[in-house]
Amino acid sequence: MIDYETLKLIWWGLMVLLMLGFALTGGWDLGVATLLPWVGHNDEERRVAINAIGPTWEGNQTWLITFGAALFAAWPLVYAAAFSVLYVALIFTLFALFLRPVGFDYRSKLDDPRWRNGWDWGLFVGGVFPALVFGVAIGNLFLGLPFAYDDTLRVTYHGGFLDLFSGFTIGTGLLAVAMLTLHGGAYLYLRTDAAVAERARRATLVAGLVTAALFAVLGFWLARLPGYQVVAIGDVNGVLTPTQKQVARDVGLWFANYHAWPRLWLLPAVGLGGAVLTSVAAALRWRWLGLAGSSLAVIGIIVSAGAALFPFVLPSSIDAVASLTAWDAVSSHRTLGLMLGVVAIFIPVIALYTSWVYRVMRGTVTVEQIRRETHTSY
Amino acid sequence: MLPVADVVELSRLQFGLTAMFHFLFVPLTLGLSWILVICESVYVMTGQQVYKDMTRFWGKLFGINFAMGVTTGMTLEFQFGTNWAYYAHYVGDIFGTPLAIEGMMAFFLESTFVGLFFFGWNRLSKVQHLVVTFLVALGSNLSALWILIANGWMQNPVGAEFNYQTMRMELTSITDVIFNPVAQVKFVHTLAAGYVAAAMFVLGVSAWYLLRARDTGFAIRSFAVAAGFGLASVCSVIVLGDESGYATGEVQKVKLAAIEAEWDTHPAPAAITVFGLPNQAEQRTDYAVRIPYALGLIATRSTDKQITGIKDLVREHEARIRNGMLAYEALVKLRAGDGSEDVKRQFERHQADLGFGLLLKKYTPNVVDATPAQIAAAAQDTIPRVAPLFWSFRVMVGLGLLFLFIFGASFWFLARRNLAPQRWLLRLAVISIPLPWVAIMTGWFVAEYGRQPWSISGVLPTFLSASSIEPGQVWFSLIGLMTIYVLLFAIEMYLMLKYIRLGPSSLHTGRYFRETGTPAHSANAS
Repeated sequence: MIDYETLKLIWWGLMVLLMLGFALTGGWDLGVATLLPWVGHNDEERRVAINAIGPTWEGNQTWLITFGAALFAAWPLVYAAAFSVLYVALIFTLFALFLRPVGFDYRSKLDDPRWRNGWDWGLFVGGVFPALVFGVAIGNLFLGLPFAYDDTLRVTYHGGFLDLFSGFTIGTGLLAVAMLTLHGGAYLYLRTDAAVAERARRATLVAGLVTAALFAVLGFWLARLPGYQVVAIGDVNGVLTPTQKQVARDVGLWFANYHAWPRLWLLPAVGLGGAVLTSVAAALRWRWLGLAGSSLAVIGIIVSAGAALFPFVLPSSIDAVASLTAWDAVSSHRTLGLMLGVVAIFIPVIALYTSWVYRVMRGTVTVEQIRRETHTSY
Repeated sequence: MLPVADVVELSRLQFGLTAMFHFLFVPLTLGLSWILVICESVYVMTGQQVYKDMTRFWGKLFGINFAMGVTTGMTLEFQFGTNWAYYAHYVGDIFGTPLAIEGMMAFFLESTFVGLFFFGWNRLSKVQHLVVTFLVALGSNLSALWILIANGWMQNPVGAEFNYQTMRMELTSITDVIFNPVAQVKFVHTLAAGYVAAAMFVLGVSAWYLLRARDTGFAIRSFAVAAGFGLASVCSVIVLGDESGYATGEVQKVKLAAIEAEWDTHPAPAAITVFGLPNQAEQRTDYAVRIPYALGLIATRSTDKQITGIKDLVREHEARIRNGMLAYEALVKLRAGDGSEDVKRQFERHQADLGFGLLLKKYTPNVVDATPAQIAAAAQDTIPRVAPLFWSFRVMVGLGLLFLFIFGASFWFLARRNLAPQRWLLRLAVISIPLPWVAIMTGWFVAEYGRQPWSISGVLPTFLSASSIEPGQVWFSLIGLMTIYVLLFAIEMYLMLKYIRLGPSSLHTGRYFRETGTPAHSANAS
């Protein structure tokens, strides 16, 4: 069996991969829903946008569900601490996510315009709110969350819901919304035509520039915030609990990894470049290039945040030693090995059949098609 | 710091309500998906349009239900972390694994292909579409498998041991977890119960069309599929749902004793109490009507194995609590860094009873200084209230027998081509539509209320499992969830009833009742 240290490292990568799986595919759906009030000026146009993502959104959301379950299985301490310390924020997110399955399926089952408009706003909230909260949550990782451990490794908390919102974290929340709007806009531009596509194109152009600007500003901001660094830790190849390390906290430490391995600068460069590239592609009306650009932006931005945090996963603002890392917040050696096998088998299979479904459902969604298939479309 | 008592009770209420609400939708998904596969298979084999219409119409109702299943399922995944953080920490190493496998092996399959089921009709060949429908059914059923493996482990935690360094249970054998006998019995029973619910749904709705003499060709075929599928399922649910699953695992023994109100250990094979009034205060059952030998034969599948009564279980548990105190004493020393051989030996000898020691945390935080009165009280805590379990179980079994009768009679009159005059049976099928859900809810109540005071049987008490959050937070989520759920349920029921009333004319094929104006006319009318 692979040694424990390597497995811990691989699982850090796999969690990033699962998060990317959701951001790249579910990101389309969140972004399109965010754009819904702007790209669709009437019922048929909104149905075009909804049906561009309708047949595939459900599978995409499963990346999020699987991310949550994998967090439970591979990083149970992170799952336990993060979900309970973010209680109110996550319950609100849950309420917003509720609006999606029923919104997609029920919206077009009745003709009443008030009913349909109501669900359209529901889908909008179900798109923009989770994106915002995920962004705010990731911003809070850099500031640390207010939790500590007692001697039975029970998590305790010292802070409320409103403490999650500060200038920096609102910034990261907006960045997440802008980034997913960019990604969703690029997808919608590719999958629709006429007025909807044109509005999606213009939105993408703007979102690319906003994403790039926010990302750059937040990067400079981060350099002025206190970062964390593991100064000493027990044997990372062995069993560790969160209290067996020493942690330094100082301004600029979130860039320590970048100083140690300068090649990492490639990641933010990809994020920034991808966002700008999407805007350029939108200006030039190159649909596929836009989608490639937005995908690069999503990958670059998320992985550069992960690389800055590494090995931290969930830093604590009140007890730096209690901060959870990829070394000491993990499952047992056996469970990590087993779960690696599960992932190695199923993720490629999922990728295969998901691509087949996208192939079957490929093509442009048009107003004419919605009229023709009015009883079978969302 | 232990979680506040209010947080524990509110979180229990919230989990119980949201889990039961989720399970209003799951059984229909599990069973209806196979009914869709059956209808579509007939369509692919015979080419008869009416079977495609059946697949699409019942598929529409499937979709309305499926959306709610997905919506309410997310709440459960969130709650293990939000409300039960110490549980997540304590058993995540084992419990998280089946949930993650469920996501990757099953939920992905069903969610990815459910879109193609609805939107792929014109883009796929007949056989390809049938395969898609099959994969949706397979995905939803596999999903149940992994969830029930996780739940089975809570009832009978095999393949794991405690690690004092990490303060949690860790996996020792995944095959033990997967082939846990409790999980296997639960899986088959729960699936078959879902099939019964879906079959009763299709049977009842079709009977309603038959009573009104509309779309009879469509309705009688749907009725036939439901009767066949339902009869097979209700037989499995009764045969495979007996009490054999209660023979292993500590909490299962307690449940068995409670649902049968067995206060004392009787010589094998024990008699079954068909009826009686359980009297918890005096630990006896008044007015009991018993059938000799029956319980012993059903529950142990033998004539010589005893079924332990409640009084003896309490005595056993008191002894285990005392051992648990020794285990806890050693654990505290080990955690403080005293790794001497004596301490390790003491811990290893008694660690199987550590969970019983933890029961004392409710009375004294230090555990080791518990008084004999506190130990006795903790031992009494291990027995849930008998009457609710006793009655829930009997409601479930009674309903199961009623379903057997309904499906059996439906099948009989169908086979004799004499269904139409049996209006009493059609009416009975219509009014019985909600009853499988009652049976399912009572069944889950027995399984989960009967598990108390444990979240993990014999390992982790419920009151320790909750997060150390504020009661106000749980009030917020509880009120919010209930408000949204009531609204969504009203919307779902409205759509369901609307589409049931529309019937197959909701497909806009131009072949059915509301479109042709002649009630009896339909494709391939018989």
